[in-house]
Amino acid sequence: MNRQVRRVGLALTVMFIALFAIASSIQVVRTQSLYQDARNVRAAYETYKTQRGSILVGQEEVVVSGAVNDQYRFLREYDSVLYSPVVGFFSVFTGSAGIERSMNSLLAGQSSAQFFEQINALLDGNPVTGAAVELSLDPELQRAAWDALGNRKGAVVALEPATGRILAMVSKPTFDANLLSGHEYEPVNAAYRAYLEDEDQPLINRAIAGDLYHPGSVFKLVVAAAALESGRYSTTTTFENLADYRLPGTTTTIQNSSGKTCGEGTLVTLEQALIRSCNIPFAMLAVDLGQDRIRAQAELMGFSDDLAIPLSVTPSTYPQEMELSQVALTGFGQFDVRVSPLQMAMVTAAIANQGVLMKPQLVDQVVASNLNVLSQLSPQVLSSPMSRETAALITRMMVDSVEFGAATNAGISQVAVAGKTGTAQNGVEDPYTLWFTGFVPAESPEIVVTVVVEDGGGIGQNGTGNQIAAPIAKAVMRVVMDR
Amino acid sequence: MSNVSLTSAIPLLLKAVPRSRNFEAVLLFWVAGIHAFALSQIQLAVNQVMSWDMLLYWAPPTVSAWILHYVLRKYALNADGLLLPLAFLLNGLGIAMIYRLDLAEITRGGTDLFAERQVWLSCFAMLIAAVVVRLIPNPLTLRRFPYLAGAGAVILLMLPAAPVIGRTVNGATLWVGIGELSFQPGEIAKILLAIFFAGYLVSRKGPLSEIGSRVLGMKIPGAKDLGPVLLFWVASIGVLVIQRDLGTSILYFGLFLVMIYTATGRAFYVGIGMVMMITGALVASRLFDYVGSRFESWLNPLSQENYTAAGGSYQLVQGLFGMAHGDVIGSGLGSGFPQLIPLAESDFIFAALGEELGLAGVFAILAIYLLIVYRGLRVANTHQDEFSKLLALGLAFVIGLQVFIVCGGVMGLLPLTGLTTPFLAAGGSSLLANWSIIGLLLVLSDSSLKRVSA
Repeated sequence: MNRQVRRVGLALTVMFIALFAIASSIQVVRTQSLYQDARNVRAAYETYKTQRGSILVGQEEVVVSGAVNDQYRFLREYDSVLYSPVVGFFSVFTGSAGIERSMNSLLAGQSSAQFFEQINALLDGNPVTGAAVELSLDPELQRAAWDALGNRKGAVVALEPATGRILAMVSKPTFDANLLSGHEYEPVNAAYRAYLEDEDQPLINRAIAGDLYHPGSVFKLVVAAAALESGRYSTTTTFENLADYRLPGTTTTIQNSSGKTCGEGTLVTLEQALIRSCNIPFAMLAVDLGQDRIRAQAELMGFSDDLAIPLSVTPSTYPQEMELSQVALTGFGQFDVRVSPLQMAMVTAAIANQGVLMKPQLVDQVVASNLNVLSQLSPQVLSSPMSRETAALITRMMVDSVEFGAATNAGISQVAVAGKTGTAQNGVEDPYTLWFTGFVPAESPEIVVTVVVEDGGGIGQNGTGNQIAAPIAKAVMRVVMDR
Repeated sequence: MSNVSLTSAIPLLLKAVPRSRNFEAVLLFWVAGIHAFALSQIQLAVNQVMSWDMLLYWAPPTVSAWILHYVLRKYALNADGLLLPLAFLLNGLGIAMIYRLDLAEITRGGTDLFAERQVWLSCFAMLIAAVVVRLIPNPLTLRRFPYLAGAGAVILLMLPAAPVIGRTVNGATLWVGIGELSFQPGEIAKILLAIFFAGYLVSRKGPLSEIGSRVLGMKIPGAKDLGPVLLFWVASIGVLVIQRDLGTSILYFGLFLVMIYTATGRAFYVGIGMVMMITGALVASRLFDYVGSRFESWLNPLSQENYTAAGGSYQLVQGLFGMAHGDVIGSGLGSGFPQLIPLAESDFIFAALGEELGLAGVFAILAIYLLIVYRGLRVANTHQDEFSKLLALGLAFVIGLQVFIVCGGVMGLLPLTGLTTPFLAAGGSSLLANWSIIGLLLVLSDSSLKRVSA
């Protein structure tokens, strides 16, 4: 009978192995998918129990979770609307956005980096306290950008070209996250609905997301880089100096923004065309270079790339399979070229940093509640889109542009500012999109600033990038220069 | 012993019986410590402070376990030293989880509390186990009344279907109740059935294992010997129809098959039995809605249709969510959300523990069950007397199979059934039955080394 007993034992062992296996499948393999099932309320409940980590800017807490006496135990409080586009919001009812969303697991204390804290919490029975996230933003620069942009719609991005650290990121109009983090459903939902229905889309961080913008003339920096990198052009390469240019294969003609030729003479150099920001030479250049070369250059600088800083950045696009006439238009950033302000800041930063593009980053460090540093910003090279020489040549042209060209309103006395303006058309009757992108000081750049102003800065088709965007950038750059 | 490989070492390890009562005492200290730790962790996690309340949930079961230990010292000195501490460990863990769910219930303002009741029922069940040890020093006395046991089992099984006292809970007619008191007679019936099978099979072993004819190289017993198999199959299907519970039906039929196989050594019985059972279950799933919907929920638990259907997969899926939330190390006792699972204190206590103790805890709990089953099988393996062998095997198997059906059901491996989780789930009948099984196994292990005669 003992043989049968052993076999029964074996059968039971097999049954239990099946139980071990199915338990492992639920608690290891299927964990994520079950946890993320929309019907599973545990994920939401979990976040209420923890004291969420703070978000800091320049050693100051700008977002904190304060203890309150209700079922959610902690209320998320936001210090200032200045940081709303970056920090986002964290709501019991309407989800989350910004840093609150992309750094959620660390803020909530649930990331794998907090494993030992979780073990501790398991033993002493107290829930984990979330980690604090320190942003790379500079409060003084953020304030300066905010004030300079004033009541206009648009965005300002400032970054450190040598490291990629983002020093300022402003988007207007924006929202008050305190209205969304409340614990009563009705007011939160009403505020959220109002923001969603607002035509100006205040919930969107225009610096990195939304519908993006036509770059207009600031895109000439990309085309110029492509031209110089191709080896077929130098700054002194000349183009026929026309007042009217017929787009290849069409009867449509285009003009320079002045309506005249690009300066005196029958020929114009690439250098002059960039400094004066003339459209016709760049249209010809684009046709001559070809769309593939320009797209390749753009993609080296981050176009079409999914970037997480850690906020996810909407990829900028350079169109595919165009007619020659359309390629000509992209030469000065029209047709279907669409960019985010951050993307233009990256193009500028690559020029400023001698041809090396650093990955833009927003988080300096993450510090656990036990003061362990969980992660720290380390500068990363994203690509090397141009040679040191090309970068130096473009820098010189941008400096000239500020000194006596199309970007004079960005000039700061006794400092060499490099800059490029843009005044992009959006439709026959629509107001322009106004741009400035540049850096300072030109010889050893400390800060890159990119400004975009929507709706022609409120004066329709009468404003230019130089008139409206350049002074905003200048205000931010001055702060650094005055230090 | 010089060059023992790992695989050959396992049987050796299993043979080394810790019979010492002192060893048992040391383990009981440890287990009581684990219970105290669990209870204090729960209080800290839920209430942020410890209070003396926990003595109520800790002291009475501990005292009862020590009483059982004392009775063993006195009347069954050579009984297995692991069974009591292991079963007590699970019992206390169950009480801790039920207490934890009570605290959650209090927090949300409810009044459905189970822990205190569970404490006293556990004490009662352990004392009954002590009584079993004291009153049945020689298990062979049980052999004298197989038909009495069999009849008792049948009556108990029929009770829930009886008018007035029968009760249907969650679609399964497994309960009898008078006023506030309710009882699951099926739990006790499984012990009586094991006694009946053991007695019956030992006396009829010869005919049942005789060779009838050979078909395709397999030995088939004569038609008259198939009679009991058929009869019991019909009875099991009857249980399924009357009690509306597939789990109970499979449990009894499985017990029967394994015991007839062990007694006769004919794998044929298991083969034909399983075919009959599966056929029966499939036919039942077609004929009866309540079986069919259980199957549907089992095959497709996450579909929105089953999730929202009345009696659908909501409970199962909540259990899965909980276990997934527990991950590998668990949320920690008191830090998960097991209160979100319907009936977390009884049918789904395994999922509740899986959430707060994680895969590590699930493995530990299953390993403890497996160890209890192995200890029982060990008694069957070493006992000199055939009746005792069969009885020990049946009792050990019934615990193992029940755990498999319940935990397999909770984790979606099998269709969900109405069986209880031994030692863990809230409920007196289950505690009483399973502690009685422990009592019987202890007695059987005590006598396994002796030459015994009827």
